[in-house]
Amino acid sequence: MASGFNRRLIYHFDWTLFLLALTLAAIGVISVLSATWSGIHHPLSPLVYHQLLWIGFGLLLMAGSVLIDYRTLGAYAYPLYVIATGLLGVVAVAGHATGGSRRWINLGILKLEPSELAKLALLIVLVRYLRETPPPGGFRLRHLIVPALLLAVPVILVLRQPDLGTALVLILIGVTLIFVGGLNWRTMAILGLAGALVAPVGWHYLKPYQRQRLVSFLDPHSDPLGSGYHIIQSEIAIGAGGDLGKGFLKGTQARLNFLPEQTTDFIFAVYAEEFGFAGSLLLLGLYSALIARGIWVARRARDRFGSLLAVGITAIIFWQVAINIGMATGMLPVVGIPLPLVSYGGSSLIAMMAAIGILISINTRRYLF
Amino acid sequence: LKFRSMRPDGSIPRLEPRIGIFTALIAIVMAVVAVRLYYLQIIQHRQMAELADRNRIRIRRLPALRGLVFDSHNRPLIDTVPSYDAVMVPEDTTDMGRTIERLEKLLGTSGVSARLQQAEDEERPAYEPITVAEHLNWQQVVALETHQLELPGVSLQVTPRRHYLYGSLAAHLLGYVGEVNARELAHMSGYAMGDEIGKFGLERGWEAFLRGNAGGQEIEVDAVGRRLRLLREIPERPGDSVQLTIDLDLQQTVERALGDATGAIVAIDPNTGYILAMASHPAFDPNIFSGGITPAEWHGLVTDPGHPLEDRVIQGIYAPGSTFKVVDSVAALMDHTLTPETTYYCPGGLWFGNREYRCWRKQGHGVLSLHRAIVESCDVFFYQVGIRLGVDRIAHWAHLLGLGKRTGIALAHEKPGLIPSSEWKRKRYHERWYPAETLSVAIGQGYVAVTPLQLAVMAATIANGGTRYQPQFVRQVESLDGTPVRTYPPVVEGRAEIDPQVLDIVRAAMCDVVNGPGGTAHKAALPNVTVCGKTGTAQVVAEKQGARIKENALPSALRDNGWFIAFAPRDHPQIAIAAIFEHSGHGGSSAAPAVHDILEKFFAEHPPGGATPSAPPVPVPQATTVQPEQEQAQAVQDQPAESDSDEDTAQAAISDPDAGINGPADSQPAPDDPRPEDF
Repeated sequence: MASGFNRRLIYHFDWTLFLLALTLAAIGVISVLSATWSGIHHPLSPLVYHQLLWIGFGLLLMAGSVLIDYRTLGAYAYPLYVIATGLLGVVAVAGHATGGSRRWINLGILKLEPSELAKLALLIVLVRYLRETPPPGGFRLRHLIVPALLLAVPVILVLRQPDLGTALVLILIGVTLIFVGGLNWRTMAILGLAGALVAPVGWHYLKPYQRQRLVSFLDPHSDPLGSGYHIIQSEIAIGAGGDLGKGFLKGTQARLNFLPEQTTDFIFAVYAEEFGFAGSLLLLGLYSALIARGIWVARRARDRFGSLLAVGITAIIFWQVAINIGMATGMLPVVGIPLPLVSYGGSSLIAMMAAIGILISINTRRYLF
Repeated sequence: LKFRSMRPDGSIPRLEPRIGIFTALIAIVMAVVAVRLYYLQIIQHRQMAELADRNRIRIRRLPALRGLVFDSHNRPLIDTVPSYDAVMVPEDTTDMGRTIERLEKLLGTSGVSARLQQAEDEERPAYEPITVAEHLNWQQVVALETHQLELPGVSLQVTPRRHYLYGSLAAHLLGYVGEVNARELAHMSGYAMGDEIGKFGLERGWEAFLRGNAGGQEIEVDAVGRRLRLLREIPERPGDSVQLTIDLDLQQTVERALGDATGAIVAIDPNTGYILAMASHPAFDPNIFSGGITPAEWHGLVTDPGHPLEDRVIQGIYAPGSTFKVVDSVAALMDHTLTPETTYYCPGGLWFGNREYRCWRKQGHGVLSLHRAIVESCDVFFYQVGIRLGVDRIAHWAHLLGLGKRTGIALAHEKPGLIPSSEWKRKRYHERWYPAETLSVAIGQGYVAVTPLQLAVMAATIANGGTRYQPQFVRQVESLDGTPVRTYPPVVEGRAEIDPQVLDIVRAAMCDVVNGPGGTAHKAALPNVTVCGKTGTAQVVAEKQGARIKENALPSALRDNGWFIAFAPRDHPQIAIAAIFEHSGHGGSSAAPAVHDILEKFFAEHPPGGATPSAPPVPVPQATTVQPEQEQAQAVQDQPAESDSDEDTAQAAISDPDAGINGPADSQPAPDDPRPEDF
């Protein structure tokens, strides 16, 4: 059984997903290298080696995810959720502060970012809850009380860091799962209306710098040296790339430090300046392929749990890509969200590779049941 | 709602429609992102690429070295010295407050934030460098260099700074420079913010030559303004040098002669119109303008009651007083209103139209002819001449001699002054001219208003035989390697056709003003040179053109302005001078000694008679007047005549040495006082 199991696992292994993920990770290494490049006579930035190390860890975790039956995750959904939200709580109390917010737990070599873990934990726990066939007509308000509570705890903890971007992604994961899982249309309309009414109140609770970000998003040129600076410099970098780009290591916006957060939130601008519209389309194409494959997996999955899990992982990838590139191109406010597999950062990279491992696992196991 | 345990179920098809909707959303979002990328990278590429370059490339202008200015003997008057300034590019400064704090601590000044505020008020773009501290000393320069990394956006700039070697010497002529302002930027091409531009005087008038062409460097910088490499460089072309007609030694003598007095002196070469020296006092030090005058310094200059910024040589409007009698004499002789033999009786005053017009000498001059009338400056004689000439013929000759209109000197804001005429009065006041007003005009009072430069031109015109030259102070512009770029030959502005006999009569009388018995300017006499001149003591008039003077309304407490105009030597004049000392009383005791000192210095370096003329020959055809070259050619033959005049001087000196110098001033009531008083 064991040997046959492994052989079938290898035979049905989803190389498409694996290679797409690896290609995007490679683009990430290239972009981090470019963003930190300081000339041929200078040693490579340690960030490049770190990123390679995270990819190594990520591959291990991916392999683990592939080997484990994804249904096991459902069994551990609540303990996982408790650990993840607990870590968020620890961050809120004793986290490592950088730039005015507490997001990390310092583990020596890795500054663990629990919010990355929380995305997966929330995803699994919501899927676990929503795996049941909804009643005719879909989920109604009363069915949403538990998912809403499950969502609210990490969202509030993340907002306290404060990390608007991750909170947004958590909410979008929840909304996507509830919608795809089968939300009653009328309930959806009521919730939409309520949301529109609550939005002004939410504005009231935003931190001043977050409000400033939203205002400067509406008119980045209103404060070109302040919070609008990031958007403007990013747009300039992307636009300066032109059709074929300035060439590898020839982008000036990043090399001369005009781009902020150039290895993480604005890594796309670094890449787009050097590889141009062609490179941007290639990257967009790779993400689209990854997402399409994720949807494909969701449709082929043998069970509702696996299908929803695949939708959720695809949603994480999609929303982060859309928000990150939308922000870099000046269509969305500046919120700190990594570009999946490309941005520098151990936690997000490892979590993302583990998530893709789960996707592969779901796809592989549809032949096994 | 009850959950069952995990197992494959048949509900997957139920998910399909919702997954389809989600997929459609994904497709739409991805398409929007792609369109946005197309817009930024293809459509907006050009603008964005330019913005990226503007981010990283700093254009640094290399201001051209401004041309030097030399005196007539090629001694430098203005040069350029390096000065170290701290400049700041606000855009490159990350933490403005802390950077300012650090910078002020390092430099030991507190003016940085004020400078930045000022720049902000002027709405300067954030990528423009702003000078925040100037004239740094070595300690400050070293402090800035060593702490550069802690001062993002701050850099050192070596600026050539205009240096006026002799401070306030000839300040009004040389002018000053300053930073180009918004109005100049809008109207003149080739200037950039922060450039130096001539604002006043020669610096302004010869800006096009002095300035040169600025070069530039394209430097790549990073986000905090650190210079990384030079991309491109265009070298600058230094400005041309200007050689003046001003003689530094004479200029210094003139300024010493003026001393602390308020007034002006100008000396001209009568054969060319070249200005040898000109000074106005109080003056200012143009160095304080180099590299930015502080608002306090500027306020001090413009509110100074002595008006140091006013160039009295061309902007001071004064009544010429008795110096105007030279005009009367020429006009009356040329008009045959008068012969040298005509005599009038001066009893100390003249009744005209129910009023007595007094002579400055209360006891009167008795019966006298023109020569003595000029020498002793009799007012009554010239009242009589004026009555017979009429104002319009006086005005005609005054204009021919260069009075009451701009001389054409290449300095901005020259004032024209005023010579009244009946037509002028009709236009200005819609009134006819009253003959009584001519009496005031005849003695250079009333409406008559001239500048010191105009009187110098008149003296030069009498000296050279009637040719009125445009006063010029630049002889040549040359490039840095010495190639002449432009030369300035003498320019004839006009000609007064005066019979040589008439000139002889007037010159002889002017000679005796200085050298003859009873003359009013013995203090100007020199032992070896025959000086000709005319004193003037003018009532203080409102320095406003066309102001109507009510003679009887003038407070007598106001002291008179003292004039002296002169040329020398008598027969082939090399220098003509006009000097005014404001509120100094009569010209014979204030202006004449000053002119004496200047002429003494001049002739110590230009021995009369034997000297070769420093001026180039004048390419001007002459009809009835004597040409300067001819005059020079006659110099040797004229020698006996000159020794005659020297004898006169000697005689005067021997007969009463003390009286010769001090007599008119001490033994007589204020000489040359033409104040007509109302009875």
